[in-house]
Amino acid sequence: MSGRVLVGVKRVIDYAVKIRVKPDHSGVVTEGVKHSMNPFCEIAVEEAVKMKEKKLIKEVVVVSCGPQQVQETIRTALAMGADRGIHVEVLAKDYESLGPLQVSKIMAALAKKEEAQLVILGKQAIDGDCNQTGQMTAALLDWSQGTFASEVTLEGGQVKVVREIDGGLETIKINTPAVITADLRLNTPRYATLPNIMKAKKKKIANVKPVDLGVELTSKLEVLRVDEPPQRQAGVKVETVDDLVGKLKEAGRI
Amino acid sequence: QSTLVVAEHNNDKLTPITLSAITAASKLGGEVTCLVAGTECSKVVEEVSKVQGVKKVLVAQHDAYKGALPEELTPLILATQQQFTFTHICAGASAFGKNLLPRVAAKLDVAPISDIIEIKSPDTFVRTIYAGNALSTVKCNESVKVFTVRGTSFEPAAVEGGSATSEAVASPSPAGLSEWVEQNLSKSDRPELTGAKVVVSGGRGLKSGENFKLLYDLAEKMNAAVGASRAAVDAGYVPNDMQVGQTGKIVAPELYIAVGISGAIQHLAGMKDSKDPEAPIFQVADFGLVADLFKVRSRFS
Repeated sequence: MSGRVLVGVKRVIDYAVKIRVKPDHSGVVTEGVKHSMNPFCEIAVEEAVKMKEKKLIKEVVVVSCGPQQVQETIRTALAMGADRGIHVEVLAKDYESLGPLQVSKIMAALAKKEEAQLVILGKQAIDGDCNQTGQMTAALLDWSQGTFASEVTLEGGQVKVVREIDGGLETIKINTPAVITADLRLNTPRYATLPNIMKAKKKKIANVKPVDLGVELTSKLEVLRVDEPPQRQAGVKVETVDDLVGKLKEAGRI
Repeated sequence: QSTLVVAEHNNDKLTPITLSAITAASKLGGEVTCLVAGTECSKVVEEVSKVQGVKKVLVAQHDAYKGALPEELTPLILATQQQFTFTHICAGASAFGKNLLPRVAAKLDVAPISDIIEIKSPDTFVRTIYAGNALSTVKCNESVKVFTVRGTSFEPAAVEGGSATSEAVASPSPAGLSEWVEQNLSKSDRPELTGAKVVVSGGRGLKSGENFKLLYDLAEKMNAAVGASRAAVDAGYVPNDMQVGQTGKIVAPELYIAVGISGAIQHLAGMKDSKDPEAPIFQVADFGLVADLFKVRSRFS
């Protein structure tokens, strides 16, 4: 395959940050909080860049939807080795309600426009935890899907995908063009080196609006409220193993 | 109002999470229909017909359903939906349901809702976000509500007492986009992490992969699943699929035994190396023991 790979990346609250629910229960606090690329998206970028290094594909195009700040995330992907970026500009007021259905419509439209042979996405984002965008992008394009991938091998016009399923692994062969979603074991993403970060500054990021792609952003899902999960009470510390076993028995746990 | 539950099975037995999905469907009110699609699935049809709450079982048998590929099952579900116009379509939030239902939803041009933990009303659902660190209550204004159900949040429906009728549905011609090759399920007598009642997890404090044997032995005795923190996975002690946490597996056991785990928030997010008596894990633990794990564990076993 000598085609083009489209990779979606999402800017999310950094995985090491402890999130806080807003006092008015409208969402979580995002202002002044460290953000970075969704870890699963990093794996997707890495996989595409590796394909390019092996000369299996010719170009890696990275896409992110959101306000101005998502350009940083695109730059990170460019520093990892992607060739160029597309920033799909979604204004802050629309961004709150932007869901996987709208994003997959954008990805599907771009996949057609860019004549991509593969779309690689993370299996889910660690903010919404939806795990939908890849499957829906494949559906809208009528392409095959290789989700939760832990191993991807290009074989002519097909892709062999080893998938993470409950209790083990599954192997499928899917026709290209296809959508792949990355699971944790697919690879270990590289760190962007300083020279590559400098190089990435010169790479191009195109600006596109959803309306240019014919995508309507209204959503029929309405978040009524966001709450903290019920707090657990801190328990007791026991001194010895016998105490621990005793307490567990008392609590009927063993 | 009527709900379609897409059954997950291996042509021989129903996967338990489907019973939880049936419970969720029953909570919505209205009729519950189950779709069983497979290659030779008459045993499963019989099993589903007896499940309490199921009114009708739709059966689709075709070689194309080998491996439950979403490219093949989606057109079948769409055809079924066209015939019966369900108000809700759901499945368990397993690898099967998560792979399939978003594809169905996109084809219906509706936004699906993943991994619900509670039903407030037929159009309002609660689900976790940020790996369980927040709960989101979502109202769905779509004409058809498509969702997956977290197995640990809904009791399984009773497997006896139902008497559903069954009806064959026609299979659309195969899409032929994908091919199922094989499945390699980990051969372990221990229960699966995400559904286990007892989980024993190890962290960097175990110091090596060999030392995880201590946990395997303990788990064996307690019929527990074994998990690990990301630190232990990153250190190469154990494979990735054992990771519990924000980027790993979400567990919901009745008893969680964390050994040599400090309880970084990413790990707590998944359950909810350290000699640190102030380690964060003690803030969520019911019982904490500060001791040298290598001295202690022999007593435990």
